[in-house]
Amino acid sequence: MIHLDVSPPLLAVYIPLLGALLISLAGRWPNLRELVTLLTAGTLLWVVAGIAPTVLADDFWASFARAPAIKIAEVLPGIWLELKVEPLGMLFALIASSLWILNSIYSIGYMRGNHEKNQTRFYVCFALAIASVMGLAFAGNLFTLFVFYEALTLTTYPLVAHKGSAEAIRSARTYLGILVVTSVCFLLAGIIGTYVFTGGDMTFRPGGVFKRALADGSLTAPTLGILFVLYMYGIGKAALMPVHRWLPAAMVAPTPVSALLHAVAVVKAGVFTVLKVIVYVFGPAVLVRYGAGEWLIYIAGATILIASCIALFQDNLKRRLAYSTVSQLSYVIIAAALLSPLSITAAALHIAAHAFGKITLFFAAGSIYTAAHKTEISQLDGIGRRMPITMAAFTIGSLSMIGLPPTAGFVSKWYLLQATWETDAPFVLIVVILSTLLNAAYFLPIVYRAFFVAEAKHHREPHQSSADGDFGDHADHHGHDAHDHGEAPWPIVVALSCTAAATIAFFFYSDLAIGLATQLRSGLP
Amino acid sequence: MLDAFEIVPNLPVLVVTTPLIGGILTIAMGRGKGPWAWATLITGLVFYFTVLLMQQVLAAKTGFISYELGNWPRQWGIEYRVDALNAFILLTVAGVAFVTTLYAQKSVEKEIPQDRHNFFYAVWVLAVCGLLGITVTGDAFNVYVLLEISSLTVYALIAMGKDMNRQALTASLRYLILGSVGASFILLGIGYLMMVTGTLNMEDMHDRLAALPDAVHNRTVLVAFAFLLCGLGLKMALFPLHMWLPKAYTYAPSAVSALLSATATKVGIYMAFRFLFTIFGVGFSFVAMPANVVLSVAACAGILVTGVTAVRQTNLKRMLAYSSVGQLGYIVAGFALANVHGVAGSVIHIFNHAMMKGGMFMAAGAIMYRLGRCDLRAVRGLGKRMPLTMAAFVAGGLGLVGFPLTAGFISKWYLVQGALEAPHMWPVAAVVLVGSLLAVAYTWRVVEAAYFQEPEGDSALVTEAPLSMVAPMWILIGASVYFGVSATFTGEISMRAAKSLLGGAP
Repeated sequence: MIHLDVSPPLLAVYIPLLGALLISLAGRWPNLRELVTLLTAGTLLWVVAGIAPTVLADDFWASFARAPAIKIAEVLPGIWLELKVEPLGMLFALIASSLWILNSIYSIGYMRGNHEKNQTRFYVCFALAIASVMGLAFAGNLFTLFVFYEALTLTTYPLVAHKGSAEAIRSARTYLGILVVTSVCFLLAGIIGTYVFTGGDMTFRPGGVFKRALADGSLTAPTLGILFVLYMYGIGKAALMPVHRWLPAAMVAPTPVSALLHAVAVVKAGVFTVLKVIVYVFGPAVLVRYGAGEWLIYIAGATILIASCIALFQDNLKRRLAYSTVSQLSYVIIAAALLSPLSITAAALHIAAHAFGKITLFFAAGSIYTAAHKTEISQLDGIGRRMPITMAAFTIGSLSMIGLPPTAGFVSKWYLLQATWETDAPFVLIVVILSTLLNAAYFLPIVYRAFFVAEAKHHREPHQSSADGDFGDHADHHGHDAHDHGEAPWPIVVALSCTAAATIAFFFYSDLAIGLATQLRSGLP
Repeated sequence: MLDAFEIVPNLPVLVVTTPLIGGILTIAMGRGKGPWAWATLITGLVFYFTVLLMQQVLAAKTGFISYELGNWPRQWGIEYRVDALNAFILLTVAGVAFVTTLYAQKSVEKEIPQDRHNFFYAVWVLAVCGLLGITVTGDAFNVYVLLEISSLTVYALIAMGKDMNRQALTASLRYLILGSVGASFILLGIGYLMMVTGTLNMEDMHDRLAALPDAVHNRTVLVAFAFLLCGLGLKMALFPLHMWLPKAYTYAPSAVSALLSATATKVGIYMAFRFLFTIFGVGFSFVAMPANVVLSVAACAGILVTGVTAVRQTNLKRMLAYSSVGQLGYIVAGFALANVHGVAGSVIHIFNHAMMKGGMFMAAGAIMYRLGRCDLRAVRGLGKRMPLTMAAFVAGGLGLVGFPLTAGFISKWYLVQGALEAPHMWPVAAVVLVGSLLAVAYTWRVVEAAYFQEPEGDSALVTEAPLSMVAPMWILIGASVYFGVSATFTGEISMRAAKSLLGGAP
């Protein structure tokens, strides 16, 4: 049976869905269409922010177990599509919905500035993807989580394949292929396995669902270990090596997609799911006791370092950012894998902190592409003088990635390092230190090049085909001279200034994020 | 005596006699729209009867309805016996038959010459009669008689595709030869069983086989079992006995492909349920005999091999045909697990697959209607020109993949659950999951062509298919989505059917 309800978490799913419908109806009038997008995004943030106080309340956990879930539909007898708000999902939903507003402003400048085709489809799919993210964030059980996880894959596919060129279709195939293979073969198998072993219990609850099955011996430690592996590799969106290839492939998408979805919403959906599974399905205490999670520290550590090394050698700006994202995602995973209350706080905080810095970096990359039609780092000599705001924002984003104050990245890194000392994990400490150096090694040269290297005089060619061909093929249509450009269109500049400011503001005012992350920790038994 | 003129007590037999008489009368309905309208009326009426029958079965205290033809006791006469399982399959077959008849009008106008329409619809309704009859009867020999009715009419229906492509004739001939082999095997099997048990009533057969002191070493019983397994394998297109199916579905008229994919092989599987579970019983078929090994190996091989073959097809109908063989593999793999969730997954997938594949064949038929062909090149750019048709195709395809909130996901959930619960059967779960990836591969070729490539030639000029095709297509696809979001009804019915099958008696 299908239930209709208007409680806020459900509204958070329905508002972007309704927005998608209205956007498609308004498709013929671009200004109206964009207005609808902005209004939807604004309303969504208002609704999501309205939920936050209840989650932050002191007695939240006291009533959590008894509070009824918001039921949407009974899919199978006894299996409900249902929503239930908890601190981690709240944090994720807040990040995604607030950045969606800025990203929509940015999209307007970017999509119009680059004369992209099929813009209505773009905005519709974007709204649908956000609806999936909201459902994922507020999912009340594993089944619901899986439904929205898959919905997110499907709704972002048209965005990745947006250009329709052979390259875009091929990359979109990689994208869909890896995400679907992992989720169908491993994640779904893990979820059904959980369902079978727990006798039909898939509800998220602090401490996990396996306690009874482990106690009565129907679930043995090796099987628990296998289930954990199925989950970790089933969540392909977390881009744990070697299932990270879809993320660089997704970079063929228009930059707003890379910025919000493939730096924030989709990849964060991955690490969010990892964290959620560790905290609410297995329970850190259970994992520690059975030693099922230890391998994850090493795989995540390797992912951090290898991805950073690959990033070092990428000349294409978006690809370098993509590999940086792969590396940063594993920060969250490694923090979660330490399985201490403090490290879980750090993981949750890094989901938030990384979002602001990375979206700024992508916004800057798209800004450069729109204004100068440049996609390669080697072309960026002296661009800081032509686009000072863009490159200043880029610098702030870089500092956040490295983890220097006064930026968001420092906050989560502080907690992570604290957790490594607390849990006595020298390996993680070394990884974090090395990775910080690597981050500096691949971000600072870009900043240096932009501000301190003089623009090459002989470099008349406006467009240089990259290995990925597609990132720059609009340059020819415009006939701009590469040397004759200033900042990108104003919506782009506004958006990236806001996210850069937010990256710094997060350093000073991170109360909300820390509050939610602490609330998450206090729920652990 | 008054009883004979009321509808409700006579529902089981009305389900068969209505299309039987109605089908023959169709010939007399003239040359215009008459035959189609008549066929719609008959199939609609039968659909209504099956809905009533379902209500009756659900309300029955015993869980089943027994109907003795001509009031002859079942030892001598024919008994029709309807429980949750066959009520559900009757509903599926009659529902799909009704919706495809609605759809057939335009498609048949285009694909079959006007002067043969009355014959076409006559044979069409008779085929539905045969399929419903097999499903409703509780008498083994009656199964065979109705099987012949449905087989002969289906051969004719496939051959009607000859005006679009003469290969329909060879496809029909091939099916005729293999189908006849299968039917004679089934007849031999039934004959041997009668020799041993002295009865044709399914339930009596079961009781007497169970009472047999040493059925496992009784050579007559073993031979009967072997013949039945092969014959049923042919009829339900179990890999590697599926060779007749791809060509038949490819060259049959589009409406026929839609009808057959959703009903014909499904009824074959229903027969397998009755013979393996009801007559022989779980203990004989799956414990004493290794039918579960044979069937699950064949089914899993079928899922993988035909999945790969489907990826390599360029003709949409042929692709769907291979996909059908793979999907039948899911159904067989499910009941071969012989546990509640496996069998329930199998039963529910009969229904779910009928909705999805029927809808997809209708979409392929709509493309055929507009373009005269339905290969991957024709599909290019159709996402914009025929949005409803292509959306239906994609929604059906997502169902085949088993994306959550589609019907296919529900089936997959039950099947994987069943496979994980059965001891040492987890490879079946793995194959089911890998099979859905193959479905992604073949569905996505169509998605890419339809939405991300530019149309060429005449594809650029086409418009959406007529409403009389799009509406039925969306009824089936809509049902597949609805029963993916809220599968409590189908889930409960299948669980009930599974429990009664595993319990032994129907």
